[in-house]
Amino acid sequence: MAAVELRGVRKSFGATRVIHGVDVSIADGEFVVLVGPSGCGKSTLLRMIAGLEEISDGEIAIGGRVVNQVAPKERDIAMVFQNYALYPHMTVRDNMSFSLRLARAPAEKVQERVGKAAQILGLESLLDRYPRQLSGGQRQRVAMGRAIVRDPQVFLFDEPLSNLDAKLRVQMRAEIKELHQRLRTTSVYVTHDQIEAMTMADRIVVMHDGKVEQVGSPLELYDRPANLFVAGFIGSPAMNLLPGVVRRSGSGAEVELADGGRVAAPPTQAGDGQAVTYGVRPEHLSLGTPGQGLTAEVVVVEPTGADTHVLARVAGKSLQAVFRERHPFQPGQQVSLRPEAPKTHLFDAATGLRI
Amino acid sequence: MRSAAADASGTDYLESLPRKLVTVYLPLGVFLFVLLFPFYWMAMTTVKPNAELYDYKTYSPFWVVHPTLDHVKKLLFDTSYPSWLWNTVLVSVSSTAISLVASALAAYAIERLRFRGSRYVGMGIFLAYLVPPSILFIPLATMVFRLGLFDTRLALILTYPTFLVPFCTWLLMGYFRTIPYELEECALIDGATRWQILTRIVLPLAVPGLISAGIFAFTLSWNEFIYALTFVSSSEVKTVPVGVITELVEGDVYHWGSLMAGALLGSLPVAVLYSFFVEYYVSGLTGAVKE
Repeated sequence: MAAVELRGVRKSFGATRVIHGVDVSIADGEFVVLVGPSGCGKSTLLRMIAGLEEISDGEIAIGGRVVNQVAPKERDIAMVFQNYALYPHMTVRDNMSFSLRLARAPAEKVQERVGKAAQILGLESLLDRYPRQLSGGQRQRVAMGRAIVRDPQVFLFDEPLSNLDAKLRVQMRAEIKELHQRLRTTSVYVTHDQIEAMTMADRIVVMHDGKVEQVGSPLELYDRPANLFVAGFIGSPAMNLLPGVVRRSGSGAEVELADGGRVAAPPTQAGDGQAVTYGVRPEHLSLGTPGQGLTAEVVVVEPTGADTHVLARVAGKSLQAVFRERHPFQPGQQVSLRPEAPKTHLFDAATGLRI
Repeated sequence: MRSAAADASGTDYLESLPRKLVTVYLPLGVFLFVLLFPFYWMAMTTVKPNAELYDYKTYSPFWVVHPTLDHVKKLLFDTSYPSWLWNTVLVSVSSTAISLVASALAAYAIERLRFRGSRYVGMGIFLAYLVPPSILFIPLATMVFRLGLFDTRLALILTYPTFLVPFCTWLLMGYFRTIPYELEECALIDGATRWQILTRIVLPLAVPGLISAGIFAFTLSWNEFIYALTFVSSSEVKTVPVGVITELVEGDVYHWGSLMAGALLGSLPVAVLYSFFVEYYVSGLTGAVKE
């Protein structure tokens, strides 16, 4: 196991710059998730750690050794690919033992390692099958087994769950997490799914347009997003963001929205009259008495059973609210939504940074 | 219980029998007839005695009344046909093998190593394929002479790859393109060298492509005429296509029976080869790596 250090890492393809200086330190044994919308450079970054893409500038170190000029096979890493990349012409056993056989490991050692990995992943009965005879979840497990067998310093995962159906994805998510808790191997996991990131990560690196937007634990990102991008990206349903202006009165402050309605602001240093974006998560809205909080018109009601999602319109903007209670809302109905002031967020309208 | 017809898939229920007859079976029948008639003619002529062959007023040209093996006997025992056949096999197999090895390496390099100018090399190879052999044989003849290879089998074994390599490379490039990159990247991380990736991952997966390229190359060299006509002249090194034409046509006398027997026997090995590999052959051309 080893720590991974990225220092000022940049990547350009010809004149196109895709990664603009990334600095991240991943501690030994940590599970770090790189998350961001497609095209943000997260997969490229992972491939650079793996050695499949050249590093244009900066340094990547694995276990204290700078690996910029080191071939993938010398980096002591294992990678799980999105489409699993199982060798179609080899059995599960041969797939899993391929790297050991290439390294000319003794037969007993190969057998022992494969057997142990198969046992961890529950693949014992599938060892003589071919990849085409396996279900998606089983293939996924074989791909992980192939990584485990090598006993590498770092696991790299490139969107490994995106080819699975929703239910299996949730199950495999827990399996990967449990596996990490058992093996404690440093892992870097790439996904575009923020729920995967939130549920699995020790720490999340949010990326956007080739830059790191914020690094932190899942709850840190949820509770204190550093900027508008992170605020909108982390959390599902996404945070409601409304333009407004800070109005100071005595000790407290309020935010005046476009329709003239006022809501209590979180503790802030923002000056009177500053243009801001006011953010409130759907789950931090509750039903208030008329004339209090935000006046909203119900547009769509989506009951999921556990809770009810309400899409409403406030000051010409759509806004989402989530209720644990089962309110009998009707489309077109006027309701009053009261935000929990300490859990709301203010961002500078110009820079998008948290204030 | 469901009938077999109900088990047939998809939108078959929309097709009535008369409609199917016109859209499927009739064109298929015409196609089959056009394709198979020359073979029928060849087989008929082979076993037809000369008396029937040259008297189409008394005998139907489409049928044989007194079948005979005289023509086959003449072909096998009065000419060097067995050695032509052996030469053809030797030349076809060797030039196919050489071409396959060269093309597999070339196609992989162009498709996956992405060296500078690989696209132009790929295009160049394709252009080379477009140069007609009827032009290329003149400079090639000079080279064959200078190398002292004239009138040897080696002359053919070495010149056939000039048109086989471009063709096979082009076909294999298309096939290699269907093999997912991730497999190779995964192997790279697993510790394989380029050579190991080629021999243990790519080539085993490209077997259908290799087989179809091989069949193509084999057929092309089996049927090759112009180089074989130019570069060899002794009867014992001739191939079947050249042998039957040059030795069974004496001046203006065509030994039709033996000619057709030669053609029939000559096309059998290829037909057998095709029938063995027909499935690979189709998947090789459509190029699909199944996981």
